[in-house]
Amino acid sequence: MHNKTIAELSAGLSAGEFSSVELTEACIQRISTLAGRSNCFITQTPERALEDAKHADQRRATGDFGPLTGIPIAHKDIFCTQGIRSSCASKMLDSFVSPYESTVSAKLKAAGTVLLGKTNMDEFAMGSSNETSFYGPVRNPWNHDVVPGGSSGGSAACVAARLASAATGTDTGGSIRQPAALCGITGLKPTYGRVSRYGMIAFASSLDQAGPMTRTAQDAAMMLQAMAGFDERDSTSVDVGVPDYSANLADSIDGLTIGLPREYFAEGLDSGVGDVLEQALETLRKLGATTVDIDLPNTSLAVPAYYVVAPAECSSNLSRMDGVRFGYRCEDPVDLEDLYKRSRGEGFGEEVKRRIMIGTYALSAGYYDAYYLKAQRVRRLISDDFTRAFDQVDVIMGPTAPSVAFALGSKTDDPIGMYLSDIYTIAVNLAGLPAMSVPCGFADELPVGLQIIGKPFEESRLLNVAHQFQQATDWHQRAPQEYL
Amino acid sequence: MSLDSSDVKKIAHLARLGISDDAVPEYATELSRILELVEQMNAVDTSAVSPMAHPQDVVQRLRPDEVTETDNRDGFQGVAPATEDGLYLVPRVIE
Repeated sequence: MHNKTIAELSAGLSAGEFSSVELTEACIQRISTLAGRSNCFITQTPERALEDAKHADQRRATGDFGPLTGIPIAHKDIFCTQGIRSSCASKMLDSFVSPYESTVSAKLKAAGTVLLGKTNMDEFAMGSSNETSFYGPVRNPWNHDVVPGGSSGGSAACVAARLASAATGTDTGGSIRQPAALCGITGLKPTYGRVSRYGMIAFASSLDQAGPMTRTAQDAAMMLQAMAGFDERDSTSVDVGVPDYSANLADSIDGLTIGLPREYFAEGLDSGVGDVLEQALETLRKLGATTVDIDLPNTSLAVPAYYVVAPAECSSNLSRMDGVRFGYRCEDPVDLEDLYKRSRGEGFGEEVKRRIMIGTYALSAGYYDAYYLKAQRVRRLISDDFTRAFDQVDVIMGPTAPSVAFALGSKTDDPIGMYLSDIYTIAVNLAGLPAMSVPCGFADELPVGLQIIGKPFEESRLLNVAHQFQQATDWHQRAPQEYL
Repeated sequence: MSLDSSDVKKIAHLARLGISDDAVPEYATELSRILELVEQMNAVDTSAVSPMAHPQDVVQRLRPDEVTETDNRDGFQGVAPATEDGLYLVPRVIE
């Protein structure tokens, strides 16, 4: 049962081959024996899962159901889930049981999904290797000595290990796509404003976007269908209609024009990854697509601009963690300043503190124009690069990450080296575009991801291209030996 | 821009982050390296470019000034470190 996709499980539930309770019990059993190997869960919720499953079976019996009713999933622990610890992988929120529900988790609950638990992640989503978690690093199911990527590393590992058919993730600079690539699964970051950020613990508000992490593009379409939509509670939510994301999956991609940014295939790309990508592009050409070289001339400015915008916004967002209204409070504060400083100093991990300080500096009096405003201007240059490119191509493709998954601990003492592992994903967040990562082969026996970038609100096209690629390949069906 | 120990202490104070004196030199080195990376932005002239805050250049939405949320003070204060009579408790601020 664990090898079935959401689409297959949904069909099985509809045909009465098994109930959601039976399916959920099998998932709980698998998680209890296997989740510890990768440390992909922070909190398991078996009682809640069984309650959800019973409810789903009742809904299916009465005809009040949708395609996701009864499907077991997991949420990244960045989503506030009422009555369940929502820690963001931080000591700061270790005891935070959310008094309210995020829009994403509420919508997926309303669709009838079954909640198996909350997945591990980098602390406050700040990291690219899932090593900054207060609950310990996550290990890659393909090789327990390498990282799963981050920040949605637990979600990626849990789907790759077949412990849940799907998980939610969030992507501020690559946090859905990079772990999806490194763990050999499918991940979709929607257009900025497509999915509500309400109740998603904020890291960098002008970049954060939630999306699905699944095994197939078809499943991603089903998940996005339930997650997307305008939400009054998110002031940056965009009020445009949600199309039927599954409607165009079967369309031919004959005639599709794919842009290949020269900057994404240049120095810095691992040659093994490059070879795998070339084979993937050849597959797409055989399906009728044509590839053209394009330029995104401001690519090298994306990481520098990101490391102003993201830390600046994080320093502002994380100021709410002050030891007063929720979260960790230090012992015996002597005065209010001591309470703030020690609660935050003891509650946050090293990477979070680094980013808060960079952001505080960039926003401080006298430096705002030189850093934040400058970065917002560079951001427009990067966005304009994409706009120009999309005048001549339908989608842009390239690697999701410059290399396959790296060894645990190999970059923890090198923040800059870690930041550069998101070199191909960050520009997409700055421009607010939708993008996917799909498995496209292996290098050094570890998965490689193909990134597909689209025009704003063209998630349907990305899903169509990814689905057609997956009809012609079987990389997305590979599972790590130990979890077969 | 290179930061020294006194810069780090000032920034940590602005951010209300307690960091130990031992950790200050390492933060100075790391933060300076990050700023070096960031300053690669200066290679390009952006004087004629307008800043971009929202990727779709959407303007702030307004809504009628009406009550839309119900009171959940007990729920929110239930997760607070210390409360009394519906108030959040902190060390004495005014003697």
